[in-house]
Amino acid sequence: MRARFGLDRPLHEQLLVYIGNVARGEFGTSYFHRRPALEIIVDRIPATLLLMLTALVLSTIAGIWLGATAARHSDRAPDHAITVGTLVGGATPAFWLGQVLVIVFAANLGWFPVQGMTSVRGVPEGFARVLDLLHHLVLPALTLGLLQLALVTRLTRAGVREALADEYVRTARAKGLAPGAVLGRHALPNALLPVVTVVGGHFGTLLTGAVLTEIIFAWPGLGRLLYDATLSRDYPLLMSIFLVASVSVIVANLLTDLVYGALDPRVRLR
Amino acid sequence: MTAGVLRRLMRSRVGQVGVALTGILVALGLFGGVFAPADPFLPTGLPLRPPGGAHLFGTDDLGRDVLSGVLHGARISLLVGVVTAATAAFVGTAVGATAGFYGGSTDDLLMRLTEFVQVIPRFFLAVLVAALFGPSIVFLVLLFGLTFWPGTARLVRSQVLSLREREYVVAARSVGLRDGRILVRHVLPNVLAIILVSGALQVGAAILIEASLSFLGLGDRTVVSWGYMLNNAQPFLRSAPWLSVFPGLALVVTVLGTNLLADGLQATWERPRT
Repeated sequence: MRARFGLDRPLHEQLLVYIGNVARGEFGTSYFHRRPALEIIVDRIPATLLLMLTALVLSTIAGIWLGATAARHSDRAPDHAITVGTLVGGATPAFWLGQVLVIVFAANLGWFPVQGMTSVRGVPEGFARVLDLLHHLVLPALTLGLLQLALVTRLTRAGVREALADEYVRTARAKGLAPGAVLGRHALPNALLPVVTVVGGHFGTLLTGAVLTEIIFAWPGLGRLLYDATLSRDYPLLMSIFLVASVSVIVANLLTDLVYGALDPRVRLR
Repeated sequence: MTAGVLRRLMRSRVGQVGVALTGILVALGLFGGVFAPADPFLPTGLPLRPPGGAHLFGTDDLGRDVLSGVLHGARISLLVGVVTAATAAFVGTAVGATAGFYGGSTDDLLMRLTEFVQVIPRFFLAVLVAALFGPSIVFLVLLFGLTFWPGTARLVRSQVLSLREREYVVAARSVGLRDGRILVRHVLPNVLAIILVSGALQVGAAILIEASLSFLGLGDRTVVSWGYMLNNAQPFLRSAPWLSVFPGLALVVTVLGTNLLADGLQATWERPRT
């Protein structure tokens, strides 16, 4: 057994062999699954991406709306409620929130499934299948999105408050624009630059950011795979996951930088 | 200086709440064990008793007192938070200040190093290290400290970059002070605000990560921590929700406190948003 996986050779030799294999696109074979590690990983990526993108998109949209609402009702009841909410939301551990959501909405009320990505008793066909998937997606996406929601709301609120005090906004008001148009067309776009930075930063964590949520909800993604591989001491698989995750961070950051260049004319790429 | 900061901090509501909550954490972390009615590892009552009576927060499946666990758990959270933030502040300041002060190829080299550490998926690495090297609290704290510093380094660098051109730094140079002395005595005191703010935020973040790992069963199981209690609570979510509610609330309140402290500190200096 040891000879078959090359474990009887000295450590530095194993490392060199490993690097050589990776360079040739050979990521090794999982001890546990008995399949090429890369194949297993690629199988898991869509589930993680679906979860992360849903959480990211929804929390960004909701966060911008909440932040703008808070800023518009500055220092009145809606503002206070939203501010307190973001503070508490930002301090809540995602895994604990996941537990609470499961207790309330899955176990007690029975509105949503407790775990998994698809129904255990046979997956329906066609459109019902999509609905089934969405049904399973609600709680994990909520759990994952809360922290991001708090962050985006805070940033938007601060940005819009600042922008509303600026002179170009006064000009826009003076020429008789409706409050909604002043907010949407003039204040918001300028207030959103820091939001773009933060959301862009999160793109780097698309593959790695959902570990806890995936574990709690038994979501069959990359994070869950990492956890299982850890427990079964599946080193080739572990190494490959870490490698793929690191590369994905670099690629995502590169893409984010390129998008900045396109969005903000002040940014020049050398 | 410390007294002045505290006085200004106490002027805002946010600062007051932050100081109060963080103060409670520190007090519990240092003396929590003294107030605890029982040993958190010893069964002192019937298993799974709801809150009330002799056990204010109820008991777990082995009859251990939940209140005692929550009080004792503060120590680990405080330790992890403070050591992580201190390590990150130390390394981050050293790297950021050197890079910003000297510029040129030193700056390039140190900043590439910073970016390299920054892109490492932190939680992935923590799971990996905890699983491979065993769940020792020392390992975890070291790992957190050594992955949290890039944020501090970048903030400090950008600040030092602008400070080094100020007149008083030029004056200090013309008097003939050595680089090290200028940096430590004249530049760094002006960066302290930013280091403190990011440090306070890191305390909360480190506490959450430690709790997450312990929750997965990858934490140090020889000490009581809130994450460990939440991990134990999992099979009894429906039958004994108090096992999960109290340690969870303790976490929320703690992190809320350190975040508010950071907000209050930031308002004290009123530095421009980054």
